Order: sequence, then structure tokens, then C-alpha cells
Amino acid sequence: MHDRLDQLRGDVKAKRHNARTIAALTGNPGCSRRAVLDAAGVDKLKLADRLGFPGSFGQSRFALSRGNAFEAMLKADDCELLRSVLGASPALRYQDLGADVFDDRHAQTVRVLADARAALIDHPLLTLDVAGQTVYLEPDLVAYAHEGRLQVVEIKSFAIVDDQAESAKVSAAAVQAAVYVLALRDLMERLGKDPMLVSHEVVLVCPENFSLNPKAVVLDVRKQMSTLRRQLSRLSSVSALIAALPPDVSFDVALEPADLVDALAHVEARYAPECLSACELSVYCRHEAAGGTAALGRTVREALGGIESVGEVLALAEGRQEPTEEQAEAAALLRAALRLRNEALALAAPSLAAPSLAGSSSAAPVEAGA
Amino acid sequence: MSALTALARAQAVAAGRAQPIATVRHLHVHDHPLVLIPLAMAGEANAPLAAMVGTSAEKPRLLVVSQPRDRDLRFAFFADLAEELLPYVESFATETEDVPIDRGKDVRLRYLDAPQIWLPNPGGIDFLRLLGRSTRFRTTDGEYPVPAGVPLLGRWLTFLTGTAEMPGSSMLLTAVQALGMHWATGQSSAEDAQFATQLAWIESGAEAAREAENGPAAGPATDPDFDNRVLAPLIERDDPELPEVLRELLLPTWERMWRTLALLRRLPAGERVPLRWDSDRDAYTAFAQYVAEGGAPQPRRDGAVAAAARLQRLENAAARYAVQRAFDDPLVLAEYRLTGSAFAGVVTLANPNRVDDSGKRPVLRPRIMVHTTEPVRMEAGTSLTSPARTAQKARVISVTPAGDGADVLLELSGGMGRKLVAEPGSVPEVGERLILTTLNEGFRPGGSFPDPENTPWTHGGPPQPPSPED
Repeated sequence: MHDRLDQLRGDVKAKRHNARTIAALTGNPGCSRRAVLDAAGVDKLKLADRLGFPGSFGQSRFALSRGNAFEAMLKADDCELLRSVLGASPALRYQDLGADVFDDRHAQTVRVLADARAALIDHPLLTLDVAGQTVYLEPDLVAYAHEGRLQVVEIKSFAIVDDQAESAKVSAAAVQAAVYVLALRDLMERLGKDPMLVSHEVVLVCPENFSLNPKAVVLDVRKQMSTLRRQLSRLSSVSALIAALPPDVSFDVALEPADLVDALAHVEARYAPECLSACELSVYCRHEAAGGTAALGRTVREALGGIESVGEVLALAEGRQEPTEEQAEAAALLRAALRLRNEALALAAPSLAAPSLAGSSSAAPVEAGA
Repeated sequence: MSALTALARAQAVAAGRAQPIATVRHLHVHDHPLVLIPLAMAGEANAPLAAMVGTSAEKPRLLVVSQPRDRDLRFAFFADLAEELLPYVESFATETEDVPIDRGKDVRLRYLDAPQIWLPNPGGIDFLRLLGRSTRFRTTDGEYPVPAGVPLLGRWLTFLTGTAEMPGSSMLLTAVQALGMHWATGQSSAEDAQFATQLAWIESGAEAAREAENGPAAGPATDPDFDNRVLAPLIERDDPELPEVLRELLLPTWERMWRTLALLRRLPAGERVPLRWDSDRDAYTAFAQYVAEGGAPQPRRDGAVAAAARLQRLENAAARYAVQRAFDDPLVLAEYRLTGSAFAGVVTLANPNRVDDSGKRPVLRPRIMVHTTEPVRMEAGTSLTSPARTAQKARVISVTPAGDGADVLLELSGGMGRKLVAEPGSVPEVGERLILTTLNEGFRPGGSFPDPENTPWTHGGPPQPPSPED
């Protein structure tokens, strides 16, 4: 299996999973293409570049530096600020595992966590089983052990203003923290301990209001964990997907773009507009999905009765195509919609002249008498 | 997403051009709007980087914070922004008109006009809301004084971003939402959020939209790649070129804003748009007076009673807005016909002078028969309205299948004058084509809420007086 994965990827180092990619993976679990490429550790950004459909997935260095500054501030002076916001005693031991070399780090993490009574454990290296593979996770987080329980502490640099934060950012943080809780519970189980020692309540530490003062909030991530667990169990079929690929298929970015396109045709993508913000290959998949109703978004596709292609939608609406038995209901709706639309537009025809002329006209606003 | 809008998107894909989904304009477009394009500094909580602002397409003013992390420069930026925005919003608080209230027994004043500010996208509204939050509690004296005008700017921004949540309000608008309300593009709504591509679909088509995709972002967030390659070196070097770079970045969006306004002006305004602008002028008048009387900044969070009252106002506004749009625009009304809350038909019988004398007093209750080929999902007793005669109610008496559709017998009341003979034209005649719908513009009474000091314990009890640091 490993050989096959190496072959799929070609002669480059594998891209490692992290909590963010696992969260993204579960965002569109039906996408076989992403599952296979991620399992093989293919660099999707390079692949998209090679195909001529580059995406923009950088992170602003202003955002990075602020995040780092906030974290450094919390951890300065033996984590003084972090301790105070967590309400942890100054006597608590602080252990940073980040300095260790990669190979030892996991073993060291296991050792430290196994007999943790009370400690702040920074930069642990965790493992998680994803689609039949062991994935290493390097969270920038702190496991807070107290009273025999372990709690995940996640430091984020987005602000909480008047007890409210941007919901998209909070939910992304919650999903990432849930990945870590799952990984910690797996570890506890392997150590023969009770996995419930790892709390499902994670602590999110963010700057408060417009300052850099930290604020800790507790998030219950049980819901995210059950979603993740369900999606991860569905991913296990990726081995079967890979086994079913013809032996000469490879996603080696050194190949010619035309060959890569052929190879990608063997693994089906499930493109949705949400992919554009989550997957490096999305622009290519969008190109491939052009003309399909799915490319317009799930709600549009549903409103069109689940008909797959735009051409078919219009053919059914205009009565140029006989609907199949399954399509009968959708076709009736589409015909009615087109009739109503044409009727209303005909009533208002003069006011709806093609707006193209306005595009070339001057940008000046219409001035009403001063 | 309604099936009609979804179909328009499919048509747009096939045609390679955006398709209209409204036949009239559903918002007020001011003769003298102010356009504002804010840019934020990535990573910071609400730190401005730049803004392009102005009331004339030819004369944009560019405001720049050359070192976005410097607090003094940031507040100097707020002061500059206040210098642009405050005179504009205050300039409408001049001439007033009398509005009768309490059935004509009293009058209240209303300013003849109100401000209108345009932003590229909803992200801009969120940015201004936070900007309002971070400035309205500041003081011009004390330990951390801020320049004059800044706290007032915060109050106005808080007010304006609040009105943006009110369905149908036109005081703070975004180009992306305004365009999306009138045109369907051949891309997903997630992609429509990118102003340049959305406008390109409308102005030139699919190909231009793809090209526009790689153009500069319309803010408030900047492109990470731009941050890393262009912005960071400029800021580190304290480069005097920075304003010019930002001007070039913002100018395309600035021009698109004014083109959007021109596009929208070409559509005829819906009949009920001025009614909603009246409500905006009322809100503006009330807030301008509150500010003039030295009102305190809006609280960080509404108390329980204020929040409940606000929620109800929002719900009423949403319901009113939905009905008004349907009555103003046959294309919007078509959505209700498709889902069975409206049908079109032709009057086949009419008894315009039928009088019901079964009660104490005889009343005029004409009956008409309407034949329709559209599905009728209303039961007997349902009250319907026709957009052509909104003051009149039509009660369904019976629905009987007839030919290729159904005959609907309706009894009319209201909107026919005070006599026992209907005013001419007030009762639909045989042969007239009618649309009848369950939507109606009826008055929605406000709820009754306790005074804040009587907030029940279930809702946290009476609010605490503001603490000194507020």
C-alpha cells in the first residue's frame, strides 16, 4: 500500500496532514479525489499550478506575526499570562516538547501524557488514524493536565469583541480542537487508560476586544467530534479507491499536464463552490464541473430539482427534452417557472434593455440639480 | 433560492451573461450618495489600512494609515474619516416636513432627505460595525484622548450598520447585495461575493468575469499575496510610495462602485420604494435628534427588552419588505405563483352591486368569478389580495374544477367607496386579468414589551446601570 502511495505521489516528499487539512477533508467527505490525493500526500498546490489552474492559498504575514506575537506573549515568563487566564497554579510544571527532534517527539509525548498529573504540555506530537494511515499532528497547543484530566487549550489570534467572535473562525477552531481531542483519546486508549480522561470541553484563548489581553472561553466540541468520527470512518474506503486505480495512474507533478488530467479523470471529484476556500485544486475542479448545476451551489441544484446539467435543465424547461419518469416532477416545475418568468419579463421588457451599454459609459453619477 | 432565481442562473450560464431577476429597482438610489471602500490590516482586530471615500466619482479622497499598528496614526485616520463622513450625514438634518400622527391630531417632524452610504460588500458593514464599536465609547479628554469627531463617528457608524440589518432600509447599502437582488449570474453565490466578477457578469459576461477574478480584492480584507509581496516591504521601509500603491489598488473598485450606481439608476424604482425611504428618513430624523440632544453612545449589547423589541421590528420589516417587493414586481410575484401562494386568472362573472343585508346593516359585498389554469391551493374562507387593488380583500367562497383549471368564486370587501354602490373601476370587470395572493400589506401591530426596569427574571432581570468604565 505504502509503495503504491509513493508511486501515486512521485519522487517528492509527502505533504503531511494537519488538523486543518483533516477538518477540510471532512468538509466535503464525498470527494474521492481529495481523499486519494491527501492519502498519497500529493502537493495539491503544485499540482494545480502544473495544470494551469493555480489557487491563492497564502496566509498574510501580518496575520502570522500577530498570531505569533500573541502566543509568545502568553507563554512569556514561564507562561505567566496563560496560567492566569486558565486559572492554573504557578506551581504547575510547563513542558515544551517542541524542541525535540521529530522521531522522539511522539514517544516523548506518550511518556509525558501517560503519567501527567498536573502540567502544561506544549507542542505535543499526536497521531490519528486517517483513512487507514497514521497521521502525525503537530498542534500549536497546550494540553492542560489537572486533577487527572487532560484539556486541550487552543490559542487563536482573532478577537472576541463584547463576548462575540466571528462564527466562521470559532467553528473552524472548534473543529481543529476536536481533531486534537480525538487524537488524545486514541492515545489514552492505546495506553490502556480511560479515554474519557480527555475532556470534550476545550479552552479557546483569544485576544479580548481591541487589545491583546487574553480571554479564555470554554467550547464544548462533542458535536464536532461526532461529525469528525463519522466522516473519518467513511474515509476508510480510500484504500479500496486506490486499489481500484489502474496501475499506471500517477499524480507525480513532474508529469506532463495532459497526463495529469488523464490521471485525475480516474478519481471522481465532487466539486461544490465551498471548495474554493478549502481546497488547493478547486479551480481545476470548477473548470471540470462547468456546465453542471452543482457548480452553482447546492441550493441552486436543489431548486432545479436535482437535474445535473444546465443544458438539461433548460431543455426540460423549454420542453425540448422528454423527461424521464424520475424527472417528471422537476420538469413540470421548470416548465412552470420558465412560463412565469417569460410572462413577467415580457410585461417589463422596455425597462430591461441589456445593461452592457452602461458598462462602457462614463463612471460619473447622474447629477440631479444642485 | 427559489426555482425562478435558480432557473435564471441556469439561463445565465447558457447565455454567458447575467440575467435579470427583478423588473423594477427595489431600493432607493440617492442623488448624492457617499461611496466608501474600507481596507483592513490583516490579523489585527479592526485596524484600518486605508479607505477611499467621497461623494463624487471624479474626486475620491484616499485615507491611509502608513503604520497600521501605530495607535496615534490609527486615530488620526478615524479623525480624517469623521471629517469626511460627519459633514455628509449631518448635511441632511436641515429642512423638515410635517408628518401627521395619531390620526391627524398631531404632527411630528421629519427631515426631507437622509444620507446614503455605499460599500462594496457585506464584509465592509462588519468592518464599520466594529469600527463604530471601537470608537463610540472614546472620549476627547481623559487618559487616552482621541481627536474630536471620533466618538461621534462611532455613534453614527453604529447607527448606520444597525439600519443595514433592517430589511428594506437603504441608508447603508452594499453593491454586491444590490446587484444580487436584481441580477442572477452564471456562478455560485459564494463567487458572487467577489464584487469584480459579479459586476463583470452583468456588464460583459462570463469571460470578463474569469479575468476579473485575479484582480485586486474589493476589501475590507486584502489579498494575502499582496500583503506579503507588496504591502509588507512598503510598510517596513516606511515607503512614501504606499499611498500611491493603495490608490491604484482601490481605484478599480471605486470605478466599479459608480458604475453599479449607474446600472441601478437605469432600472425604474418600485412603486413602494419611496415608502421605505420614508421609514429611513424617520429613523435618520430620530437618531439625528438624539445625537443633537447629546445622547449617550449605544450600549455594547442591547438589554433583553430592547433586543426583543428590535427583533420584532426586524421581523415586521422583513415581512413588509417581502410583500412590497412582490406587489411592486411581477417577477417577484411569479415566485409566489410558482409555490402556490398566488395565482393569475381572468374574471368570468361579476356581480358588482351585490349587497349583503343579512346583518344589522346592509353592506356592499360584490362577488366575482375568476377562472385560472394555475393550481389553486387556497381553501374557502382564505382572504386574498390583488396587487392592483391592495385596499380590497377578496374572500374565497368556493373553488370548483372547471375545464383545464378551476373557477374561484370570491367575495370582495373594502376599497370601493362608502356607498352601497361600488365606485367605478373598484370592482374588477368581466374579462379583466387578475393576480390574487395570500400576501397582504396589512398593518402588523407592534408587540407590547415591559419597561426595561420591569425585565422579568427569566430574561436576566432589570439591566445593571452602566459601569464607570463604559
